[in-house]
Amino acid sequence: MMDRGNGNGRSDLRIGVYVCHCGINIASMVDVKRVAEQAAAMPNVVVARDYKYMCSDPGQEMVQQDIRELNLNRVVVAACTPLLHEPTFRGACERAGLNPFFCHMVNIREHDAWVHEDREKATVKAIDLIRAAVRRVKHHKALERRTVPINPNVLVVGGGIAGIQAALKIASAGRHVYLVERELSIGGHMAKFDKTFPTLDCAACILTPKMSDVKKHPNITLWTYSEVDKVDGYVGNFKATVRRKPRYINEDTCVGCLECIDACVFKEPRFTDEYNEGLSKRKPMHIPFPQAVPQVTAIDPETCLRFKTGKCKSSCVTVCDRNAIDFDQKERIEEINVGAIILSTGFQTFEPKDRLPQYGYGIYDNIYTALEVERLVNSAGPTEGEVVLRDGSKPRAVGIIHCIGSRDTKSNIWCSRVCCMYSLKLAHLLKERTGAEVYNFYIDMRTPGKGYEEFYNKLLEEGVHFIRGKVGAVNDWAITPEEEGRLVIRVEDTLGGFVRRVPVDMVVLSTGLEPHKDAEDVRRKFNISCSPGGFFLERHPKLAPVETASGGIFLAGCCQGPKDIPDTVAQAGAAAAEALALIDKGVVELEPNTAFIDAESCSGCKSCLSLCPYTAISFIEAEKRAEINEALCKGCGTCVAACPSGSIIQNLFEDEEIFSEIAEVLSNG
Amino acid sequence: MTDKPKVAFYWCASCGGCEESTVDLAEAILDVAKLVDIVFWPVAIDAKKKDVEAMADGSIAVSLINGAIRTSEQEEMVRLLRRKSGLVIAYGSCAQSGGIPALANQFTREQIMRVVYEECPTVDNPNKVHPQETYVDTDGIGVTLPGFRNIVRSLDQVIDVDYALPGCPPTPKLLAEALQAILEGKLPPKGTVLAPDVAQCDTCPRKDTKPQDVSYLEFKRPHWTDMDPEKCFLAQGIVCMGPATRSGCESQCISGNMPCTGCFGPTSRVRDQGAKIISSICSSVASEESDQIKSVLSGIPDPIGTFYRYGLSKCLLRGRVDTAVTTSQSQEARK
Repeated sequence: MMDRGNGNGRSDLRIGVYVCHCGINIASMVDVKRVAEQAAAMPNVVVARDYKYMCSDPGQEMVQQDIRELNLNRVVVAACTPLLHEPTFRGACERAGLNPFFCHMVNIREHDAWVHEDREKATVKAIDLIRAAVRRVKHHKALERRTVPINPNVLVVGGGIAGIQAALKIASAGRHVYLVERELSIGGHMAKFDKTFPTLDCAACILTPKMSDVKKHPNITLWTYSEVDKVDGYVGNFKATVRRKPRYINEDTCVGCLECIDACVFKEPRFTDEYNEGLSKRKPMHIPFPQAVPQVTAIDPETCLRFKTGKCKSSCVTVCDRNAIDFDQKERIEEINVGAIILSTGFQTFEPKDRLPQYGYGIYDNIYTALEVERLVNSAGPTEGEVVLRDGSKPRAVGIIHCIGSRDTKSNIWCSRVCCMYSLKLAHLLKERTGAEVYNFYIDMRTPGKGYEEFYNKLLEEGVHFIRGKVGAVNDWAITPEEEGRLVIRVEDTLGGFVRRVPVDMVVLSTGLEPHKDAEDVRRKFNISCSPGGFFLERHPKLAPVETASGGIFLAGCCQGPKDIPDTVAQAGAAAAEALALIDKGVVELEPNTAFIDAESCSGCKSCLSLCPYTAISFIEAEKRAEINEALCKGCGTCVAACPSGSIIQNLFEDEEIFSEIAEVLSNG
Repeated sequence: MTDKPKVAFYWCASCGGCEESTVDLAEAILDVAKLVDIVFWPVAIDAKKKDVEAMADGSIAVSLINGAIRTSEQEEMVRLLRRKSGLVIAYGSCAQSGGIPALANQFTREQIMRVVYEECPTVDNPNKVHPQETYVDTDGIGVTLPGFRNIVRSLDQVIDVDYALPGCPPTPKLLAEALQAILEGKLPPKGTVLAPDVAQCDTCPRKDTKPQDVSYLEFKRPHWTDMDPEKCFLAQGIVCMGPATRSGCESQCISGNMPCTGCFGPTSRVRDQGAKIISSICSSVASEESDQIKSVLSGIPDPIGTFYRYGLSKCLLRGRVDTAVTTSQSQEARK
């Protein structure tokens, strides 16, 4: 192979420029032929071509052939976004024997064709941008990707169905998984449901075997009632600190006989049972639900007499022949090393009480959230599946109001995707259990899923009423004898074209899904980003839906956005596959667009230290200067911009490169 | 005449402090005088422009020129000295990067004239007389004044400059070292700033007192603050230009319990000292709410005077666009 030199001297620069039509995406607004002609006349440009799809095989081959035959040492591709195709064109250069970092992309689609309406001006802009790139690539240096070995363990955060599925897949592939769950049991929201749509199979029957598989699996370390406090490190080599909160029961010795609950000095349950959405009571000694995994009780120190007063005969201790009760249990901190992390931290349901007071939740007794009704219809729930109102009576008519906290700028703008379907399921179950008239108040019925529209049709045949319209208010202001003592739903029927008043005995608010209150803290902890609504942001909405911008951190389930169980399980499988694909490679390649500190020039002013979002910068006390761990650096450039003495340099974004580009854009050509 | 190397000193738009610093060499100036022949130094010796003009081109070994360039006279003198000199050194902040005089670049020539000759409270000028470049009195006798340029420039924006000695003023030590290097012929590459290329913090006596996670909830002004004499100024919420400023000043201000104001200019790796420190300090403002950010930054009422105190001529943004001026007018002005 001929020596291409490093091309840093102007005379031996040989640049190829490739202008992509992107079908008509670019070509309809930019005169690509003219752009290529103009580019051909730019300094050091040896060849300039335009092509319909540069990213296609023939397009890439064109670049490779020119590198070989015309001995190019720089390549400028004017096409779409580097986010999408920089790896494509760098790869093409690499295959032709050119250092991939001698390739530079110019975005003439998002930055030009898509945002302009004047073809002439857009064409001139494309030429300007390419001219700037042609001048910039002169300063490019040959860079090398570094490789580091990967720790084969995986951390899964959140033990709902997403985390369970991901953990089981990875463990079954022979890798060790740490599954960390914040609550006392894994199972998440799914464990609270009675039936699942559209098949109406029992949630517990399909979930609990998986839960116990998790507990039994030799490759899974399950830590419930635990939270990840801190994550350091980088793709392939994370170090996580997990805080295991005390449940005052020794998990290793407790066998889940539950005798301690019976023996508790509180003869009757007296305290709000959070697991049942407050619809029942529990004792200080409790287990969230009978099928909980791990099958271990817990003591609530807020209500336990021993903790509150120090005086209790502690009959629980007496009855426990395993000696599992430990009032002195302390919080424990575990440090683990993992190569990949899957976040499956789930969602919270919309809280309608203060946010949408017009629906009367918290004001009238018989207004329930859908999750409360899930517990009511659940045979393992507070009423063992019997649907009764708070006064013990059975409802004669039930109104289910869709889109509570969804699709509205006043609450959350997004569609929560599952509410239409779970509303149909609850409508079916309520009708089946109570024989009541059931009314669904919907804005649009959204049933896009396998068997979903069929389920909707089945409900129509079952005689459930559907009223299209957004409910204005729910209250008990009766104006007819029929309405007396009942709840009145007021709605504009947009199909009928009039306002209805529908008296019912029970209202179900189909509350939407939203990010956990502390999603922002989690985001920060794991150095990932959030979408505008606060759900975790995937790396690419279509092509990298379970990856994040942080290498080695993947997403599964509703923490990424609302989705139903089939989608969640599919996504969890995808996240598991991504994590396994990463780990099985054994090593991770690090992009070289990282920053480094020139040791001679650093004054040790510490301005950069706290700014790094990836904690890649540390201060070396002995030398009194800062240092960047290039393996941790993601190349965001924050420290580079902030270094007051210009002593931090970023590969591919050196001052010369940026200033030459700016100067050329601002010149008159 | 001797065959000792000839040296010239000259001042342009400056305060005289640079001249003082030369005198601050004290007895050492006699050693210098033994080794060199000072041929031109308006503040100290009686030599005229015509004497310089009479010298052969390139015959002065080195000219040390302080002050920024505002007038046509200054341009003429520095061009003359350039022609006559082997080396030209920009001496002090004003010559290096505009210095205090360049802060006038925030205003137009007309604004400056109006304030100085009309609006200034101590001025009594009912006829609004402004100085003219030429004036012929009733007897037909004409006088001229130097032209007043639109902007203040650094020396290297007017003539080719070989080295810069930074500081307001440069320290006697740096001057002695520079002269030593010239006399011994140990010259660094052209364009070098003759001071260490590491920021002030490197040698700051308070370096160890700066925490690793400095962030700003408020900025306090030195004259309103009882300053801790040992703690890092930035850690006290007082703007200090040290991180963005070359060292070599022997931390004189800091030893006097005043923060660095940046007179030594940026390191060789930075093009715009003010922009760099703004970028740095703003990155560490401890808020993401715009109202709070505003309140934090209100502690810096004069950002240009704070961050560009010595370097406005070298600001990447070359001037302000007066939005009241229409495009055609500004195009006219450019012509």
